[in-house]
Amino acid sequence: MSAWLEIKDLSAKVGEKEILKGLSLSVGKGEIHVLMGPNGSGKSTLSNVLCGDPMYEVTGGSVTFKGKDLLAESIEERACDGIFMAFQRPVEIPGVTMTTFMKYALNARRRAAGLSEMDAVSFIKRLKIRAKAFDISEEMLKRPVNVGFSGGEKKRMENLQMAVLEPDFCILDEMDAGLDVDAVKVAGAGVQIMRGPERTFFVISHNIGFLREQIKPDFVHILVGGRVVANGGTELMDEVEKNGFSRFYKEA
Amino acid sequence: MAEEKLSVRDAVSDTYKYGFTTNVASETAPKGLSEDVIRFISAKKNEPDWLTEFRLKAYRHWLTMAEPHWGMIAYDPIDYQDIYYYSAPKTATAPKKLEDVDPELLKTYDKLGVPLQERAALAGVAVDAVFDSVSVATTFREKLAEKGIVFCSISEAVQLHPDLVRRFLGSVVPYTDNFFACLNAAVFSDGTFVYIPKGVRCPMELSTYFRINAQKTGQFERTLIIADDDSYVSYLEGCTAPQRDENQLHAAIVEIVVMNNAEVKYSTVQNWYPGDKNGKGGIYNFVTKRGLCKGVNAKLSWTQVETGSALTWKYPSCVLAGDNSRGEFYSVAITNNYQQADTGTKMIHLGRGTTSTIVSKGISAGHSQNTYRGLVRMGKGAENARNFSQCDSLLIGGSCGAHTLPNMVSANPTASVEHEATTSKISDEQLYYCRQRGLSAEESVSLIVNGFCKDVMQKLPMEFAIEATRLVAVSLEGSVG
Ligand SMILES: Nc1ncnc2c1ncn2[C@@H]1O[C@H](COP(=O)(O)OP(=O)(O)O)[C@@H](O)[C@H]1O
Ligand SMILES: [Mg+2]
Repeated sequence: MSAWLEIKDLSAKVGEKEILKGLSLSVGKGEIHVLMGPNGSGKSTLSNVLCGDPMYEVTGGSVTFKGKDLLAESIEERACDGIFMAFQRPVEIPGVTMTTFMKYALNARRRAAGLSEMDAVSFIKRLKIRAKAFDISEEMLKRPVNVGFSGGEKKRMENLQMAVLEPDFCILDEMDAGLDVDAVKVAGAGVQIMRGPERTFFVISHNIGFLREQIKPDFVHILVGGRVVANGGTELMDEVEKNGFSRFYKEA
Repeated sequence: MAEEKLSVRDAVSDTYKYGFTTNVASETAPKGLSEDVIRFISAKKNEPDWLTEFRLKAYRHWLTMAEPHWGMIAYDPIDYQDIYYYSAPKTATAPKKLEDVDPELLKTYDKLGVPLQERAALAGVAVDAVFDSVSVATTFREKLAEKGIVFCSISEAVQLHPDLVRRFLGSVVPYTDNFFACLNAAVFSDGTFVYIPKGVRCPMELSTYFRINAQKTGQFERTLIIADDDSYVSYLEGCTAPQRDENQLHAAIVEIVVMNNAEVKYSTVQNWYPGDKNGKGGIYNFVTKRGLCKGVNAKLSWTQVETGSALTWKYPSCVLAGDNSRGEFYSVAITNNYQQADTGTKMIHLGRGTTSTIVSKGISAGHSQNTYRGLVRMGKGAENARNFSQCDSLLIGGSCGAHTLPNMVSANPTASVEHEATTSKISDEQLYYCRQRGLSAEESVSLIVNGFCKDVMQKLPMEFAIEATRLVAVSLEGSVG
């Protein structure tokens, strides 16, 4: 029996550059995991490989998700299976409103699940309730996807999409990075609202205060050089806060 | 013995042949073009002498002209003598029931959400088999007639409103205008005539009727719209579903006359057969569309969504003669596979204070070539005239081409012309982002493209816009791996 999400000896490269070098990780349902590690250690790469970004070529290892071979699925199949990534730098899509975008996405997922599409009225209701929770105005929902949004607004929008689409495996890549003090305070809102026994989170961050106060993880993993070099609980965050990653470099 | 057998068979088939030929001979002109063929067409339509003369003059002039080749489109030479220029509706060869129609075509209608009762008409099923179409058309016309609006085929208009037709036919696009327009003047089959009387606002979009009659309007369509003083009309040409059509060459003319304070909105969705994935087949679409803003404050707005045809050669234009008249051109042109489109507009500013806006969105995918060709001309009298042009190109994949050829000429120093152009690509990051949210690659492309075209799509009448959005998806099928 493999775990809910089981990553085994995963290797991946970009062009000729090997980034993930035999990475293993077991994750259960309803858990909150934090990924820490020095810049360039492969945290974002791991996230993107799990989502199926064609930029990366998987060269070895396996990933099973809910008992299925994740690596055999297309990007959208994985998304419809419940994988969601809150991007560090979400891309702009001119001319497509956030509302339209989310409606299309939600309905694509519903179709994949064999459900009927959600009608406009029900969708708007669902959207508005959630927008409120992230302090997103109706005006913002009418603006094109990520165009002209501030860093903080973009992060709120990623949170909102997560709340609207209700995925069960959420990856948050540096949700708090580059935000001002006030924006950081609400960056963890998505996790706080959505955490529960049915949903798992991967949270990537360097900000220990943010992790401790807003994320409150169950597990912490340290990545160095494309491998997981330590698994533990919040005590690993305390250690990183005090000593940085020096001990883990040695282990890598 | 053998000889005898043969002659018996001949005798039998001859009766068939003769019976058939008699029938056909009265309905179809022989292949090719000649004065006799033109007289035949004119006689078939029971046309007055002045119109027969109009056609013959055009034909004689056409003989002196050469096919233009300045467009960025490449094609094998057209043999003008290998074309039938007149044939009555082919009821005999048309499918009788919806079940007889090519299932591929029906699948496309399904994707486009075309209402069931319209599918048959579009697929070319004989009209009398189509659900309620005749009565719909009749009610529609009666409602318009109450307001004095004339909305009929141009052949009917020649019979019923000869003075109007004679006064305006060829007044905006003279037969000498260009090779294809000249050909059309000689052989035009049918088309639509619209007259909106003074002070009348047409109470509905003029479209349904056209749809039902679409399969009768042939390859040399001719449309004439006249909006008298203080009137308004919104006209929708075509529909978003591909039509069954065996004709390869299309050479249409649309002429519009807009009088004082009148406004005409002309929207087109062109979705003729684009040819197959390898560039085989498809319609050659050579169209001349022009409107004359004759009166003061006249306004003409062209909105087009072009996704069909193997070749498109088309420049809907505005001649802004009346002072303070206004011209608009909003265009989306999508080319995929081996399609070639050379399209754009001409804004000819003659009057004082005339204004024009051009918004062109070209999308190229596959191995297609997509050219925007525009002309903004400020005449001597175009005091304080203004133009603004925005031409954006979007490329999908690395094997297609996009070209922007704006041309600006000004003879009046007080006139201003502004032009902006951009070229962009759908990025891998955009595709990844959309797909990560659950959209398929094709849905992602169509969403991104619809976003890119939004400014133009918004100009379409509401219902048309929804269909056009779906059409974008259908026409870009297979553009991403
Ligand atoms: N698309 C890419 N092209 C080239 N190198 C890349 C690409 N993505 C990541 N890398 C490299 O892989 C390494 C890991 O990057 P990344 O996964 O972003 O690390 P982290 O998120 O832990 O900071 C870095 O050295 C980075 O430069
Ligand atoms: Mg990173």
